[in-house]
Formats: sequence, structure tokens, C-alpha cells
Amino acid sequence: MLTKRLIACFDIRNGMVTKAHKFQDNIDIAKATDMAEKMYQDKIDEIIFFDITASSDRRKIDIDTVRAVAEKVFVPFTVGGGIKTLEDMTEVLKAGAEKISIDSMAVRNPDLIRQGAEAFGRQCVVLSMQVQKVGKSEKIPSGYEIFIDGARTATGLDALDWAKRGEGLGAGEICVNSIDCDGTHDGYDLEITGLIAENVNVPVIASGGAGVPAHIADAFGIPGVSAAIISSMLYSPRIARNYSVKEIKEELIGLGIAMRPY
Amino acid sequence: MIGVIDYKAGNAPSVANALRRVGASFRMVSSPGELEEMTGLILPGVGSAQATMDSLEELDLIGAIKRHVVSDRPYLGICIGFQILFERSQEGHVPCLDLLPGHVKKFDPESVRVPQIGWNRVAFVREDPIWANLPAADYFYFVNSYYVEPDAPDLALGRTEYGHRFCSMASRGKVYGTQFHLEKSAEAGLQVLRNFISISEGDN
Repeated sequence: MLTKRLIACFDIRNGMVTKAHKFQDNIDIAKATDMAEKMYQDKIDEIIFFDITASSDRRKIDIDTVRAVAEKVFVPFTVGGGIKTLEDMTEVLKAGAEKISIDSMAVRNPDLIRQGAEAFGRQCVVLSMQVQKVGKSEKIPSGYEIFIDGARTATGLDALDWAKRGEGLGAGEICVNSIDCDGTHDGYDLEITGLIAENVNVPVIASGGAGVPAHIADAFGIPGVSAAIISSMLYSPRIARNYSVKEIKEELIGLGIAMRPY
Repeated sequence: MIGVIDYKAGNAPSVANALRRVGASFRMVSSPGELEEMTGLILPGVGSAQATMDSLEELDLIGAIKRHVVSDRPYLGICIGFQILFERSQEGHVPCLDLLPGHVKKFDPESVRVPQIGWNRVAFVREDPIWANLPAADYFYFVNSYYVEPDAPDLALGRTEYGHRFCSMASRGKVYGTQFHLEKSAEAGLQVLRNFISISEGDN
């Protein structure tokens, strides 16, 4: 039986894992390679690096860090942020990442999803989407709108429509990141995550809001939610308490959720 | 010496990282001449059967891979590298290497989410040195929309449940294939790679 996946997510600046609060006040937590290796040793199922940019040029993907992580970590490894072209995707995948995650760039240029899926297979392309609850309207029938550029820009796209369109274009996984829940540590937005999971056939990843293992269990209670992204609860100094991968898995397994054993 | 087949559509760098981790000596190979010098071959794979076959064709590697497998020299195909050992893939109706009897079929999207992505349990169904130092079942990382259905039931070496029980690993002699990604299956995957190295070295 396929197990649910626990994905550790890190924001990377200049080779360091950082934690921001409301998109500012970044504090450095640890070296990206050290943190990735520690998570691997702790039996995390998967790792995602976001906004992985090099210091010399904020827009350039930090390929050296991607390569260094791929040499030490033997679980799937996804890179997101800063990927604008098929060439960027190629570079990241050849450096040893398994998947690329595209978000704002996919909204600007939806064909990027198709190009990536065609060149590398759909399993390489994760469509990550920032969703915010705006209320149901004619234009936004799901009641959730897609935002881009770090949640700053509204797009007028309906979240469910965009998810379906992304699947049609070739996305192999869809990551639903709730702007409302992100950083609250109060749990994932189960409503929109569930709605999307019901309406697409590719695996869906819940993201944004996990503070305690019970939140992950709630997400996994929705059929079709295949994976959950966790971040703050693993390592942020700005949360009531941190959990080890072992503690989280023990609790989830205890609740009868199929997980890769610790 | 083990050769890792490096071709455009593959993920040879990830497999190379895993082999380095287990201390294997290996070489990246991408020409028929280089392939023929190798005791053991690893064919990594991601993406589609068509892109993989095209890519191997372009490098003129099909004949050399076939000769290697037919002479029962150690071979390890991963994911698509496993699937193309069979006759034909339903994926675009691509003719494959036809070295093992069987077909490659698509998971039924009516009953399961496609692609299958994640860690699934592999139950080992017969004794083989490739399972040395592993329990009778273990978890490995899968990414696949298609699976192998061998025509000879004795080929199956591992079975996995996804909607139904499918053959997630097969072998004949020293020719092995895994549907799961050994290079991304943490310590369990690294152990299978170690075992394949031992099998290949025993063949020296």
C-alpha cells in the first residue's frame, strides 16, 4: 500500500536555511546541506527547497547547493523558485534534483508546465499554487483565488480551475499552499485542498499551516491528499515547539495512517 | 567494472551519487564500445519509454545492451530501464528491447491516482542475492504511471500493491529490474545497489 509522504520544506538564501515571518525578518537556521542531511538521517520521505538563490545574483538558482544536497540525500528532492525556463529546469535536474516546482512562472507562462512534462516526464513537474480564500463569485466559483509573487499579486484565476488546467498541461503533482494558513501553525486549509484533491487525478500535496502532528493527520484524512509539507514545526524558533520526524511519524502511525516506518 | 549508461533522457547523475555513497567503482558509459568493456551495466530511467528508447537509439546503444543481457552479464534496469527490458509498452505503443517476455501497462486512473508517487512496500517473493541484508519486505520510492506484467510468472522477484498487486521487481539470471528508484529509496535502495555490485564483482 502506498504510504503518505512527509515532505520537509526549506527556504534557502545564500546556501542557508532561513525562516521568515510574514515575508521578512529572515533568520538563518543552518547550512542547507547540513539540514538536508540531518532530515535524511531522520528518515524524512522527501525534501523541497524553495527560493534557492545565489548571493551574487538574486535571480540565479544556486546550483552548487542543489548539487551538494543531491550528493548527500537519497530521497526525492524538489527545487522551486527562480525557475523560469526549460533550460533552468534542465540545469536543476542534471544537478541531481528529481523534480522542479513551478508557481508564479507557471501562471505567467502556463506552457512551461507542458514543456517540462514533455521534456522530462510529468513526474518531474510539481505545480505549486498560492491560494487565498476570497469568497465565491461568478469569476471565482471555488471561492479561492490564485496569487503569485509571494502572495502579493492577485491573478483573477480560480484555484480549482487552475489546478485542473495545470493537470491538463502535464503537472505530475499539485501542491496547494494556503496563504491564509501559512505561518499560523493552526492547520492546513482542508477545504480547498480537499476540493482540488477530489477534482484532479494526480497526487495532491497539502501545504501551509502545520503546527502539530494532528494537523497532518487531518490532511491525510482527506482521500487524495498524498503528501504534506512541513516546515516550522521541524525547525522554526518561532513556534511553540519543534517536532522530530520520528515523533511526527510515530503519532501518525499510531493514528492508523500508512507511513514509511521510522 | 560497472557502467552506468548516461543518456539524455536518464538521471545518471543521481544514480552516480548513490553509487559513490556505497563506495562502488563505476564509469559513466554512453557508447557501444564503452558498454562492451563493462562487467555490469546499470540503466537508470525517468520519464517516458519513448524518450528512453529514442535516446538509446540515438547513441546506438540498443545492440550493445541486448548483447550484454543475452549473455547473462549483470544488468540492473531502474524504472524505465526496467520496463524497456520487456516486449512492448502500452505507453505510446512503443516497441522495447524484447529481452524478457511481458508487457508494460498503465495503471487504471479509475481506480488509483496516476502517477503513483511515493514510498510503497515491496514484498520479496523468492530468494535472491539481490536481497542480501534486507528484511522480507521493505519500503522503496516509486514514481510510475506504468507497470510491468511479465508473461512468465517466475520472473517476478518483488510484488507491490497499488490498486492491485503488480510486479515491482523481476529478474532472470543476473538480469535485474526494479520499478522503484533505488537511488532515491534511502538506505534500502543503497543496500540493493551494494548487493548488485557484489553480484557483478563475483562475475569478474
